[in-house]
Amino acid sequence: MKSYLFVLRKPAHSGVYVQEMLDIILTTAAFDQPVSILLLDDGVFQLKKGQQPENVGMKDTSAIFKALEIYEVKDIVIEVESLQERGLNPEDLCLPVQAVYRKDIAGLMKRFDVVFAG
Amino acid sequence: MKFAIQVNTSPYHSNTGQTAYQFIKAALALGHEVFRVFFYHDGVYHAFKYATPPDDELQITAQWSDLARRHQIDLVVCISAAQRRGLLCADEAKRQGKQDDDLAEGFRISGLGQLVEATLEADRFIVFG
Repeated sequence: MKSYLFVLRKPAHSGVYVQEMLDIILTTAAFDQPVSILLLDDGVFQLKKGQQPENVGMKDTSAIFKALEIYEVKDIVIEVESLQERGLNPEDLCLPVQAVYRKDIAGLMKRFDVVFAG
Repeated sequence: MKFAIQVNTSPYHSNTGQTAYQFIKAALALGHEVFRVFFYHDGVYHAFKYATPPDDELQITAQWSDLARRHQIDLVVCISAAQRRGLLCADEAKRQGKQDDDLAEGFRISGLGQLVEATLEADRFIVFG
């Protein structure tokens, strides 16, 4: 068994990138490995409330994030500064997240066996 | 050391695939093992058999096929990423009622479980792109 940290840095609806990353996350969880997600930079937009992806023919990936709990993926971390730099607050997000300061991100990454760059 | 590699970018949009290829060659030359190379996202474009670049350009797909042949490296293309982008092996094409046979020599098509297995087996997992 290994612990996995998936680092997502692109905004929602970057082509099929998010869908395909979520597929990896779900497969890893299905292998019964402990999975955490870190949203960095524009990745924080993944969980922005009020997305209307159907208007541009995209899938509602924020709904998939909400379904992750079923697969025991509950540990979603967000970088505080990434959120602030984009004028967002934790209340703007559609899921409860754990907020971590930039200075502590390297320490967080060290706790995992596999840091999966997305 | 045992490496697992993921390639996420297409050959002509970025040079990270080439960086991955050079990394693998260097790792093998130093006696390391490459357990698997997994092609995902636009990385699946590396596996198109009928890519026909001009003769004076790098033959990227042929390079991978040659690497697989020489070093018995497992080159795996993700089935869902591949099908989405129109890369079908003969078997899968038949199942879909299509006539493709797009997969280059040395590659095989499989699922994401192969990627997770590779990350579990390897000492180091590196994502290119």
